[in-house]
This record gives sequence, C-alpha cells and structure tokens, in this order.
Amino acid sequence: MIKPETEAALADAVKSATAPLCIQGGGTRGFEVAGETLSTAGLSGITLYEPGALTIVAQAGTPVSQIEKALAAEGQRLAFEPMDHRPLLGTEGEPTIGGVVAANVSGPRRIQGGAARDYALGVRFVDGAGNIVKNGGRVMKNVTGYDLVKLMSGAYGTLGVLTEVSLKVLPVPETEGTLMLRGLDDTAAVAAMARAMGSPFEVTGAAHCAKILDDDPITALRVEGFEASVAYRLEQLKGLFAEQGVDMLVASDEMSLWFWQGVRDAGKFSEVAGDVWRVSCKPTDGPRLVAASDAEECYCDWGGGLIWFLTAPGVDLRARLGRYDGHATLVRGRSEGIAQFEPQAPGVERISEGLRARFDPRGILNRGLMGAASREVA
Amino acid sequence: MEMPTPDAGIMARKGRVVERLQAVLPKDAVIHDERQTRAYECDALTAYKCPPMAAVLPASTREVADVLRICHEEGVPVVPRGSGTSLAGGALPTADSVILGIARMNDVLETDYENRTIRVQSGRTNLSVTGAVEENGFFYAPDPSSQLACAIAGNIAMNSGGAHCLKYGVTTNNLMGVTMVMMDGEIIEIGGAYMDAGGLDLLGLICGSEGQLGVVTEATLRILPKPEGARPVLMGFDDNEVAGACVSDIIKAGVLPVAIEFMDRPCIEATEAFAKAGYPMCEALLIVEVEGSEAEIDHQLSLIMKIARRHNPVELRESKSAEESAAIWLGRKSAFGAMGQINDYMCLDGTIPVSSLPMVLRRIGEMSEQFGLKVGNVFHAGDGNMHPLILFDANKPGDLELCEEFGAEILKLCVEAGGCLTGEHGVGIEKRDLMGYQYAPQDLEAQMAVKDVFDPGWLLNPAKVFPLSASESRRRLPMAAE
Ligand SMILES: Cc1cc2nc3c(=O)[nH]c(=O)nc-3n(C[C@H](O)[C@H](O)[C@H](O)COP(=O)(O)OP(=O)(O)OC[C@H]3O[C@@H](n4cnc5c(N)ncnc54)[C@H](O)[C@@H]3O)c2cc1C
Repeated sequence: MIKPETEAALADAVKSATAPLCIQGGGTRGFEVAGETLSTAGLSGITLYEPGALTIVAQAGTPVSQIEKALAAEGQRLAFEPMDHRPLLGTEGEPTIGGVVAANVSGPRRIQGGAARDYALGVRFVDGAGNIVKNGGRVMKNVTGYDLVKLMSGAYGTLGVLTEVSLKVLPVPETEGTLMLRGLDDTAAVAAMARAMGSPFEVTGAAHCAKILDDDPITALRVEGFEASVAYRLEQLKGLFAEQGVDMLVASDEMSLWFWQGVRDAGKFSEVAGDVWRVSCKPTDGPRLVAASDAEECYCDWGGGLIWFLTAPGVDLRARLGRYDGHATLVRGRSEGIAQFEPQAPGVERISEGLRARFDPRGILNRGLMGAASREVA
Repeated sequence: MEMPTPDAGIMARKGRVVERLQAVLPKDAVIHDERQTRAYECDALTAYKCPPMAAVLPASTREVADVLRICHEEGVPVVPRGSGTSLAGGALPTADSVILGIARMNDVLETDYENRTIRVQSGRTNLSVTGAVEENGFFYAPDPSSQLACAIAGNIAMNSGGAHCLKYGVTTNNLMGVTMVMMDGEIIEIGGAYMDAGGLDLLGLICGSEGQLGVVTEATLRILPKPEGARPVLMGFDDNEVAGACVSDIIKAGVLPVAIEFMDRPCIEATEAFAKAGYPMCEALLIVEVEGSEAEIDHQLSLIMKIARRHNPVELRESKSAEESAAIWLGRKSAFGAMGQINDYMCLDGTIPVSSLPMVLRRIGEMSEQFGLKVGNVFHAGDGNMHPLILFDANKPGDLELCEEFGAEILKLCVEAGGCLTGEHGVGIEKRDLMGYQYAPQDLEAQMAVKDVFDPGWLLNPAKVFPLSASESRRRLPMAAE
C-alpha cells in the first residue's frame, strides 16, 4: 500500500506509477479494483473551519467522524446525511470525507437539502498524469470557470485522486419529528409522500418500508426545525391525511433518529444475505418497478425516488426492470457480466470515456470501476 | 477587451453558409441582413458590440441539430444566445460567428406536480417557469433579478442565482436533466425527472459551462411548493464591520433565512434619492427575510432581532404586513436602477468568505478614492456574493478603461481574500483575462480539456471563459471544412 503524507508525495506516487492504482479512503466500500492500493488516509486533518461562514475545508483522508465531531461542537452538521456503508457491506475502517465526496454519498435529506455534490464547494485533486489541480474554492457561490467539483463528485476517483475538499455545512435544527402513516400500499404511499412534499411544510425525509415495527407498512415523513415549528408542521401534515382515515402516529425522538439512520444505511438489509441495489427513479414509477423487480425485499427513500432492493445473488435487476427514467447501482454483491453502475446511453458514454481518457490518459485510476470497461472487468 | 481577429476565410463563405442554413430553417429564422444582425450585436455588457455574420432562430431540437451540423461542417463558430441579459459578455458574437438564438423554443413540455418537476424548452424565461406552476402553489426557486427577461438556457449556461439562493440553491441545485445538442449535431439526453443522473455528473459540468460544451434545448427543473408566507426585517448599522458580524451571528444561531441582503452607504443614498423607500441613512443596511407560517415567521424574526440588538442597530424595522414587506424590498430592488440614474455603471459579482467582508469593503473604499470613481455595494451577504457597482461616464474618454482597471483590482482582492472572480454572472469576456489570478495553468488546462472532449474543434462560443492566450492554440485547430 502507498500512503502518502502530503499532496506532493501523492502526486509523485501517481506520476511514477507504472501499473493501475486502487484509490482508497477508508476502504469501507470494499470496491474490488485491481492494482496497488493508494491510500489517502495519510492526508488527514481539518484545514479551515468557519462556522460563521458555514464552510469547512479538510484533507481528503480526514475521517468523517472527525469532521462530524468538529461540526457538532459548533451545532452544525453535514446536511446531506452521508450513509455509513459499513453495516451493509460488513466492511471495517473509517469513512473519509474524500470518499464521501468522490462517491457523492447522500442520505434521506437529499430530497430537500440536496446531495453531497450540492454541498461540495471546492476540490483539489491529482489527475492520472500526476498533475495537481484545484477547482472551485471555499465560497458558497462560484461560477468561475467550469464546475469540476461536480464532475469529481461522483467520479469515484476515476478522474483524479481527491486531496482536499471544501464543503458547505448547516446548523443542526433544534429538533426533529417524524409522522408515521401505517398500512399504506406502495401506490398509496407514493401518493401520500408526494402530497406531503408538495405541501409547504418542508419534509426533510420521506420513506416507505414494510415490516419495520410490525406487519404494517410504514410511510414516514420527517420535519426538522424549531420545537414549536416542528410541532406545528407535524399537525399540519396529519391534517393532510385525516380525511382518508389513515392510521397515524408521531414517533418518539429516539425512534425518529433510529428510523432515519436505518433508512440512510439500508439497515434493513445488513443482517440478510443477497445482492443490494439502489435504484434512482421517478417516484410515481416506483410501484411499477417494485412489481417488476420480483425482489426479495425492498424499501424506498426520497419520497419514492430511491428504491433499495434486496435480490438473490447474481440477479440482473436491470433486465427485470426494463426501461424507465432512472438508473440502478449494484451496491452489494458482484457477478460476472453485471456492471456496478448503469451502462450509459452511447452518446453520454462517449463523452464520459473521453473525459476519462483526458484526465487519466494511462487508465490507472480505479481502472474498470466505471464506464464500459467495468463490464469487461466484471 | 480584446476579441480574436475574425476569420476572413469564414466570412468569405457567408453566402454558402446562409444558403445551407436556409435549407433547413424557415425563411424568417435565418437573419443575415447587416441591418438586422445588429439586433444581436451585444448582450447586457453593452460596452462591447459586434454584429454576427448571421443569426438563426430554430424552433425545435431537430432544427438546432441541423444548424450545428452545418456550422460544424463549415467550420463556423457558434454563439448560443438566450435572452441576451448576460452581464459578462457571454453572448457577445464575433464577426465570423453565427448566433444561435433559442428564444423561439419557449414551450412548457410537461408539468408533473406529483414528482415536482417541470420540463421546458430552454428559451422559456425564468419567471414564466414559475408562472406556469404558481396557480398550483409551486414555484421555480432560482430567481435572478433579470428573471422577467432571462431564459432558462442562459441560467443553465451561467449557473445563475438569485436573492433566495441562500436557502434554495442556484441553478445547478435545481436542474435535473437536459437535452443538449453537441457541436457536431448529435443530440444527447442527460438526467431527467429523477435524482442524480447516473454515471459521471455531466449535468453538473454543463451547468455553468457558458455555452461552450453544447446547446441546451430542453430542461427538467425541480419545482417547489410555495412557503406559507415570508416577511423581512430591515436593520441599519453605523459600521460595516458590525453589520458583517451580525450576519455571521445570525447564520451561526441556526436560523436559516431565505435571504440576507446588504447595502452600503453610497448605495443607500443613491436608492433613497431614486426610490424613496424610507431607508435610514447609515453605513450598512441589512434585509433579512424568513419563511413559514405566521407563528414561525414571528419566532424566527424575534430570534434574529434579538441577535441584531446585541450589535446596537441604529434602526430595526420588522415587517408586519405585505405592504411593509414591499416597502422594505423596494429600495433593494431598485438599487441597480438607482445607480443607473446617476451614471453608467459596471456591476461586478466577486464572492468572498463572509468573514472578510469588512476588510474587503474597506479596501474597496480606499481604491474608490485612488481611482476617483464612486462605488456602491449591494451584496447577497448570506453567501458572500458581492455586487460592487462602479459608476463611470461612458462619454468621458478613458473612463471605461479606468473603471475596468478598478473592477479588475476589486476582483483580484476577492480572490486574495479567499473568494472568487464571479459568483453568479459568469466569466464571459469580462473576467476571461483575470482567470490566471484564480487558477494556475494546470487548473485551466483541466477545464480546457473538458471542452476538448465536448467540442474538439473549439467552435462553440470559443473566445469566452479562458484567457485568449491560453486558448489560442486550441482555437486555431484546423477546422472541419478546410
Ligand atoms: C438587470 C440585470 C440583473 C441581473 N441579475 C442577476 C442575478 O440576480 N443573478 C444572476 O445570476 N444573474 C443576473 N443577471 C445576469 C443574467 O441575467 C444571467 O446571466 C442570465 O442567466 C442570462 O440569461 P440569458 O437568457 O439572457 O442568456 P444570454 O445572455 O443570452 O447568454 C448567457 C450565456 O448563455 C449561453 N447560452 C444561451 N443559450 C444557450 C443554450 N441554449 N445552450 C447553451 N448555452 C447557452 C450564451 O452563449 C452565454 O454564454 C442580471 C442581468 C441583468 C441585465
């Protein structure tokens, strides 16, 4: 394993590499990529934190836990609620902030607050030729030149090794509350979540799961804010469904926290074997996709726009789902001929390959993880 | 501001190019008469003008693709244009270019309230997107002051923001998908009515690429339910620094206003003379707006005012009604117009970390004396996006150049303070040659590599964003037709 302590050393390591490198933050995603491991863990530490400007800058290998701790001390947080993959994947190690940004990891609050990429303000990275590049900065509005910050966020290290990221952070609200609707089927649940998210009450989480508390499916709606505001909004949300005679309960604080952490981390599937897929879709297409999936189990987040599926190992879920607006990612499980990331339409694929060829001309950064090559490797 | 010398070879082929364009577009959609092409000679950066060789107004994605294919084959540069409100010269043509105006493509293609999205043709104006959904209680969040005129296409190209982006984000945070035509005429689809388009984040890359990667013809946008209500509080301070500290304290306290706007004394004076909004005469004025139910608004405003009182404001005026809110916003909304009454102005939009606000304002004041030009500052204070308005006299020889020199110094100061050259208006031609202050050669090289992939012949809006010297070798690549 190569574990540089400075950005310059990391750039040298990439420049002098003669074979593919497997880029690793905390290694909690367990990607199987050929090549010697290049770890960013040696690049650790918060470079700058300005609570009054809602910004934090940290080296890529900084543990997420360290960042969360520093933020918590000022009553702030990473509002995009990044998932911790360890329970689901059975991996060890410390998730790093660079890994979170590189994989654009976002949790339930995505529907209201945005994804990791929406909070990423700036990056520094080393491209496949060993050049150190910076883009964006540490201010919240920046349209100076192309937005490579977005490009790097979600590129899983295939275009460059992140060495530093700067992020927008937000205050932790005074409290949160969750309204749970019981007994709705998939279609009714998607409609209920759409109704809630189409209301002015700023739902920051909307999920639907079967068999959480008991046999009744639960449709959960979260609101956050000042104490009085949360109470008011929960009442208003209840009012939306009162006429339909839906069975409702307001979760206790602990239950709310526990529930959303489970939704975030796909906790439901951590103890069961099988492949796990993440499908991004139009919420109203969800019920049809669930029916077509013939999956062992599933639940949805993002108001129905994100469906987590558990399938038997080796099932090609994409083949079952057919054509729809969206894409599927295989999060747990590997099989011959099944790419982890959804294959792209030819025009888009050509651009993506073009970018990879420019940013990583020798094809040494996480080779085969994304793009057409991933199908050859898999 | 220098522009590349137009290619005489291309201009000599004007007849053939126009003929080919006329073969794929209706007669009135190809403008080539020299008197008529003048309508496209500039955008809102009116100091620079140059009529294009021709302008086309396609009405469908297909027609856009035909136009681009022909221009690609003929090696003709294309400058995409929305409504021409760019303040950075983003839509400024060169004499050898074809302007591709998207204004005829302004239909709403689909509204989907259940999934909270709208699909529009990109020539649709920003405000009319909200107009299409507001009866149902929804709105499109990014709200540039130019929203009555500017097109979604231009918003996407510039990644435009507005007063409310502190809470709702800028264009890139509200864009879910696009149909885009590549320079060679290929039509591609990215994203749609679902979150996070798969694969590399090309959507994030296209947003803010200033019309250099492809021509966006359709867009899927996120729409949001309207809040129950909104009300501002106005506060005045006798010191910029104190106002800055107050902003910081509000943000830290966990209240998340939708907008925090800042005006300094020169700007307050100009606006008062023009709009008579009844603002207090002081060094710094803040307008802080919050949203929610009546009770929620009361609660948040009371917290904000408590923080403000700790900073000894000279004025604290809480709006209690729609009329009072309108009165508070009146001055801010007329600020540009007010400055325009006094003189010609140049509007910059460098962004700085909120913490360096006092230092930057002090330095701008000093420079104003040095250059002998007045400056007023309006400011999206919550996110550090400044809008210094430098006053000059366009009829006075040398004044524009002096103003540009002063502007450049302010932008360099923003970069030194840890900020950037432009927060929402884009680079265009205006800040093109300052890019080297913010980015090292290899940083620019990485960005130009992106353009190489999307537009290998550098035909799309080629003279923008990158310093001419940096992009020169690429712009001189042998064109497809030669
Ligand atoms: C009074 C005033 C106030 C303003 N206030 C704000 C503000 O509050 N916030 C803000 O962010 N901006 C503001 N602006 C700037 C301007 O309105 C925005 O940049 C706007 O998004 C430009 O839109 P447009 O349709 O006019 O684009 P244009 O000026 O026509 O073009 C802008 C850029 O977009 C490209 N482009 C146009 N169409 C396409 C297409 N179909 N595909 C690809 N590229 C394309 C052009 O090539 C050009 O580079 C203001 C401008 C004025 C004059």
